[in-house]
Amino acid sequence: MPQVFNQSSNFLARLTLIGGAATAAAIALVAFMLVRSDYATGANTPPPQPVPFSHKHHSGGDGIDCRYCHTSVEESYYAGIPPTQTCMNCHNQLWANSPNLAPVRDSWQTGQPIQWARVHDLPDFVYFNHSIHVTKGIGCSTCHGDVTQMQLTWQDKPLTMTWCLDCHSQPEKYVRPKEAVYDMAYQAPANQIELGHRLVREYGIESKLSCSTCHR
Amino acid sequence: MSQEGLEVKEPQLDLAAIRERLANSKGREYWRSLDSLADTPAFREFLHREFSNNATQWLDHVSRRRFLKLMGASMGLAGLTACGISQPEKIVPYVREPEDMVQGKPLFYATATALSGYALGLLVESHEGRPTKIEGNPEHPTSQGATDIWAQASVLDLYDPDRSKVVAKRGRISTYANFLEEFRAAIGAERPRRGAGIRVLSTSTSSPTLATQMRAMRQTFPDARWYQYEPINEDSALAGAQLAFGRPVHSVYRFSEADVILSLDADFLLTMSGRVQYGREFARRRRPSPEQQGERAMNRFYMVESTPTNTGAKADHRLPLRAGEVEGFARQVAARLGVNVPQAEGGTVPEAWIEALVADLGAARGRSLIIPGYNQPPAVHALAHAMNQSLGNVGRTVLYTEPVLAEPAPQVAGLRQLTQELAAGQVHVLVILGGDPAYTAPADVPFQANISRAAFSVHLGDYGPDNSATSARTVWHVPRSHYLEAWGDTRAIDGTASIQQPLVEPLYTSRSEIEIMSAFSSRPDASSYETVRSTWRAQVAPNLDFEVYWRRAVHDGVVPNTALPPIQPALSGDLASRLGAPMPVSAGLELMFHPDPSIYDGRYANNGWLQELPKPLTKLVWDNAALVSPALAEELQLNNEDVVELRYQGRTLRAAVWIYPGMPGNSVSVWLGYGQPLLGRVSAGTGFNAYNLRTAAAPWYGGGLEIAKTGEKYTLVNTQDHHTLAGREIARHVDAEEYERNPEAVHELAHEPEQVSLYPEYAYNGHAWGMAVDMTTCIGCNACVVACQSENNIPIVGKDQVSNGREMHWIRIDTYYTGTDLDNPETIMQPMFCQHCEKAPCEYVCPVVATSHSSEGLNDMTYNRCVGTRFCSNNCPYKVRRFNWLQYHDKSIESLKLQKNPDVTVRERGVMEKCTYCTQRISAARINASKENRPIRDGEVLTACQAACPADALVFGNINEQGSHVMALKNQPRNYSVLGELNTVPRTTYLAMIRNPNPRLIGEGGSE
Amino acid sequence: MARRVQPQKPLVVQRANPPVLEPTETINSVTDRITSAIYRPTPLGWYIGFAIFFSLVMVLMYSLTYLFIKGTGIWGINIPVGWGFAIINFVWWIGIGHAGTLISAILLLLYQEWRTAINRLAEAMTLFAVACAGIFPIVHTGRPWLAYWLLPYPNNMGVWPQFRSPLVWDVFAVTTYGTVSLLFWYTGLVPDLAVMRDRAKNRFVARIYGAFALGWRGSARHWKNYNIAYLILAGISTPLVVSVHSVVSLDFASALVPGWHSTIFPPYFVAGAIFAGFAMVLTITIPLRVFYKMQSIITMRHIENMAKVTLVTGLVVAYGYLTEIFMSWYSGETFERYFIQNRISGPYWWSFWALMLCNVMAPQALWFKRVRTNLAAVFLVCMFVNIGMWLERFVIVSTSLHRDFLPSSWDGYAGTIWDWSTYVGTIGLFLALLFLFLRLLPMISIFETKELVVHREESETH
Repeated sequence: MPQVFNQSSNFLARLTLIGGAATAAAIALVAFMLVRSDYATGANTPPPQPVPFSHKHHSGGDGIDCRYCHTSVEESYYAGIPPTQTCMNCHNQLWANSPNLAPVRDSWQTGQPIQWARVHDLPDFVYFNHSIHVTKGIGCSTCHGDVTQMQLTWQDKPLTMTWCLDCHSQPEKYVRPKEAVYDMAYQAPANQIELGHRLVREYGIESKLSCSTCHR
Repeated sequence: MSQEGLEVKEPQLDLAAIRERLANSKGREYWRSLDSLADTPAFREFLHREFSNNATQWLDHVSRRRFLKLMGASMGLAGLTACGISQPEKIVPYVREPEDMVQGKPLFYATATALSGYALGLLVESHEGRPTKIEGNPEHPTSQGATDIWAQASVLDLYDPDRSKVVAKRGRISTYANFLEEFRAAIGAERPRRGAGIRVLSTSTSSPTLATQMRAMRQTFPDARWYQYEPINEDSALAGAQLAFGRPVHSVYRFSEADVILSLDADFLLTMSGRVQYGREFARRRRPSPEQQGERAMNRFYMVESTPTNTGAKADHRLPLRAGEVEGFARQVAARLGVNVPQAEGGTVPEAWIEALVADLGAARGRSLIIPGYNQPPAVHALAHAMNQSLGNVGRTVLYTEPVLAEPAPQVAGLRQLTQELAAGQVHVLVILGGDPAYTAPADVPFQANISRAAFSVHLGDYGPDNSATSARTVWHVPRSHYLEAWGDTRAIDGTASIQQPLVEPLYTSRSEIEIMSAFSSRPDASSYETVRSTWRAQVAPNLDFEVYWRRAVHDGVVPNTALPPIQPALSGDLASRLGAPMPVSAGLELMFHPDPSIYDGRYANNGWLQELPKPLTKLVWDNAALVSPALAEELQLNNEDVVELRYQGRTLRAAVWIYPGMPGNSVSVWLGYGQPLLGRVSAGTGFNAYNLRTAAAPWYGGGLEIAKTGEKYTLVNTQDHHTLAGREIARHVDAEEYERNPEAVHELAHEPEQVSLYPEYAYNGHAWGMAVDMTTCIGCNACVVACQSENNIPIVGKDQVSNGREMHWIRIDTYYTGTDLDNPETIMQPMFCQHCEKAPCEYVCPVVATSHSSEGLNDMTYNRCVGTRFCSNNCPYKVRRFNWLQYHDKSIESLKLQKNPDVTVRERGVMEKCTYCTQRISAARINASKENRPIRDGEVLTACQAACPADALVFGNINEQGSHVMALKNQPRNYSVLGELNTVPRTTYLAMIRNPNPRLIGEGGSE
Repeated sequence: MARRVQPQKPLVVQRANPPVLEPTETINSVTDRITSAIYRPTPLGWYIGFAIFFSLVMVLMYSLTYLFIKGTGIWGINIPVGWGFAIINFVWWIGIGHAGTLISAILLLLYQEWRTAINRLAEAMTLFAVACAGIFPIVHTGRPWLAYWLLPYPNNMGVWPQFRSPLVWDVFAVTTYGTVSLLFWYTGLVPDLAVMRDRAKNRFVARIYGAFALGWRGSARHWKNYNIAYLILAGISTPLVVSVHSVVSLDFASALVPGWHSTIFPPYFVAGAIFAGFAMVLTITIPLRVFYKMQSIITMRHIENMAKVTLVTGLVVAYGYLTEIFMSWYSGETFERYFIQNRISGPYWWSFWALMLCNVMAPQALWFKRVRTNLAAVFLVCMFVNIGMWLERFVIVSTSLHRDFLPSSWDGYAGTIWDWSTYVGTIGLFLALLFLFLRLLPMISIFETKELVVHREESETH
């Protein structure tokens, strides 16, 4: 009776066994990395905007304070996106004819709001509150990166839950003096942890880890 | 398996058996539900109810339509909720930002709503211009910070997708300009005839502006007439005042001053005007004496009533009387109180009862109170006046003022006259302001048929020609502005005026009464704003700066010093002769009409929150029923859900029967407001129209009813099948005397084992939240239920889903019957919601930690983590968790989205939900406090239910702080934990119900 | 041919009992009989049966699709009865799966030779039952697409499953059980696959079987390693017989619902499982041995032994019921007492009494040899048990939940058309898989049956 298989099938059999295991492992690994990748978190790619607004120019170059536009950051959960009005305060004089600003002028004339693309988009079931963070010494740049260096604005941090929890479990790693909250160039000092612990006490920071802190 | 259950022959409650059981039972025998009491037949009935209609998986037609739209969406969204990554989103900022607005922060505006003419002051929460939540206005005398179900639910009416959106002429879309043109022309034509052909029909109103406009109209058109009609009106009270004082007089009651109260069929806690204020003041005096401030004692409350209500449920002594027998009883009491009135022969009330009552009243001269019901005949009102007079209560517990309503007149008579004038062709211009008189008119007043007799007619209504009986008949229909959309003014029961301030521009092309009436003026298109302002400018003393005055009035929600001064009307000497002989008690069956406890006179029939709101005591939803006493059911062999034909004064109506313990024998009660198929998608197919039996002669009750069984069944759905405590000390109650003698009595009712646990204790260095629920003061008014629904974006699910135990309310008011008298049970109402157990059974069984313990002791429910195993609900001894079995939230209707509270997640299908102690409010307070580096103050966080509660029965706060209000209650000896023996250590604890029966009556009048 | 480790006592075939293998069978006849079941042309009956069961599988698919589109609301479950058919069926199927491991592992270690004729079938049945069971815990969740959150894996939410929850224990228990059963079954198949390969009529079939036979040549070395591996696997799966259903029982026992909160659950669930398992094996074996003319290999001895096991485990289960009733009375606790009273005389009294009839009364017939040796009778009893075990879970899940602590929340429960279609669908899946198995793989372990022949010849030569 002729052999059903030739010599090579032995190798084939082993290959299948090892290969199968290897493939499974590979898939797991890829999935693991994918959900953490910028692709999934949306980090580090500026979305197209109706107006090529530059934080680098406005807050970096002109040194306009964050709160000039993001007016409600200290009072509300929402930092606030400026009304067209705010743009026009300056731009009815400066660059009044720049084609880039056409959408702003149209909005001002027609009363139709400008539709910006959201850069930092948390899921709807996450209730983040700007005001409490800035009043407790968490700097803008801690979460938004140094926007003064951003020609076009992008999401600088992954905004994953683990990322949130990192600070909520150890605020001392990130908290900074209140006066430095709006300092985009702020660099954490060498004694950050020691300073952090002091500030946490001083500011009465109770970084909550309960589910209902963010999810309702 | 279940199919066996379906083999049910005609089930029949063996009420005799129940009666016997109860008779033989001694002492505090707790009830089974009627069904579980009568063994076999009841059991078959039980199967019938629990199997036949519970096994359905279809949504009713309303939600099914909604559902199909959503099938795709729900799957799609599932993907989104699965991971944190959502689609790129647009930000749309303002072009010009409104002043004094901080993006993302809600604003509160003071305004007022009015029901049957009387105001309730409100603070309305607005998010970026969307009114989302109603709160009470603490400055307002009636509200004092609290609200009722109708105020709470009114915000949903604003967004009702079935509201009419356009002006229509004969059903065709038109414009307001066109309307105004024709209207002006029609009016103009009446000018030479001094307006003889002009008739205005409005609802009861107390609006000074509207009254002024009416007066102005009749200056230009002296022969024009203004009628007011509402199905729930004060005709009796008015006539009663005429009898007693020979003039219209308005009565205000001060329960805070009353030690002994006698209610003559007056449901002052639920449906009577002033309910919120009365509830608050009643509750204040309801707490057991040791907890009363000052020298005051717990009040004692007697009630005779013709249909069981929460008010009766709170009574220390309650007697079921047929509505027609109340007058006779009143005369008996009056006579004993020294009022000279002819007596009826043979009263049905036990002598001892009257003796004890009269003694109590007499002993509390000037501190007693007798209050007549709006459904009682004028004589009863007159007698009440006389009795209060002779008890020296006038000026102390009863205040008389000039009428608060503008130009009060007998309304039913008025409507009848208007109808005659229409029939006679005397009416050329008919202006109907609000209401739906064609639907609510008495059956023997052919108003609807005669509307078309007027050449020009307009109905200002909430629903268009296709949805409202009145608009369908009038030439013109103009959409009516919601009170949150237009300026107006109104007065509280004590006369205090409020400016109604709109929170939004009208969503559609709607107008208010005031704007329509401007058409009679020289400035036909004057805005409601100008008109209201001009009214008040005229009121202000010239030395005052009007702008300051106005701003303050609008801001506070009350116009200062506008309460009416008390008056001292003289009781007519010949009352006895004026009263004459008592009306003979009708023989045979008596039929009674009552406003529906949820949808009132029908105006709220298309409001889903109210339709699905379990009605007090019966817990029925989505339908009304013919309510019969167990005795009558026994006699006529009636059973729940039997369809019967009610034959009454030559008219017939088919209705489903519901057996209602506490109903007097030989009487049937029906709720008004149902059976409006036209109205909208919510009201469609609910209940039967009791107006078809109501006559002008006997608007509230009348004899000569016949009942014929049809052999058919109609499914009635309620949210609580069992009213028994099954011998379990869940809802505890003791009598005041016993409680004062032995404060521990409450705890001695049940074995309370010492609590040990293997799990380590949680440590709370900051706040630890908790709640105390006072069952003594709780009046079961449901305000908390609706407030919760509105605050927490709780969906409605439809009749069929509710019938399968899938209602979504986070709060339910459990109602248990106790006592030994089937026809007059004692009732305990127990608000039940998540107890936020310290040792929560739900927490350890959730495989994904979707429900967990927060650092402040809350039992957090994380919707976005929930996969829906439902183990937590199975393991919850209180069964207070609610599951989104299907996609219940309607995401297809834009207008409904506007109502949603942005601080609370809108739940998808497949996730569990439950009471969160309004964690969003706690977070807000915590953040505010933390920003100011201070702890959260006691009372800074009010849960939605607590804020709405008129009776202060729900108190929330920090149980880590001995001084807090909640701890003050929890430290009372009558404080106990429901199912404490399970060692769940609930953070919500209950203060036992204390009754204050007259020692002389122990064992009678439904008290042991 | 290599020897299996020999039992100490020489094997004597008591004349009293029918033999575990009819004397007429020889090494070749065994092989022929078993392989021919596959190599002979497919019988019409097979096609008919498969068609029926496959259409039931389609019903299952339809029901599940509808479920995913609409949500668990299509079922009859509600508050308070949050679990219904899904969990009932899950426990039922898992229970049925038990006979497999028991027969293959424990009976192997106990040298029960009669197991050889039925272990392959039982193991296959186990796999298919577990497959059916596995469907339910996933689809019964409100958001099945997120069910994977029950698995502990490193995620970027920084959240782990709740390890205190019995449902998480289930995940481990069931997956382990499934995996080990599969390995055991496959290992057992290897030598037979080789036989199939060698008997194949054409090269294609030979290659298929050959691939799965992993190049088995039956050399002494093969047999040596094989026996060790087989025994090790038996050792591993023995504890599983106890563990799986104990863990499943904890889904209930660890909760505080009256009727669930009871320490007797683990043992009484395991007994119930074996009870159900054997009943199901019998239900399937009895028709099969006739259909495939295997009477000489699956003898009356097997039927009787299995009937005996069924009887014994049935008695244990009955004891469990009694203890439950006694304890609830003995506790003197309001809720405990009420639940049992409600179970017996409440609205679902019929389910309780039907359960008593099926699981307690019916098996008593097996005391009598006349019954045990009457195929029709045994089959009937087993059908009772199959239904009874389903009822048992219905009683435990539904009647406990529908009236728990607060009377205000009491309600009823009844399955909808979708509950039934899903349940029937899984039965279809189970039988469809079984039919494929019968068609493609040796339903009886060839090599082990041959060993029996060898043993017999030896014991006779002495």
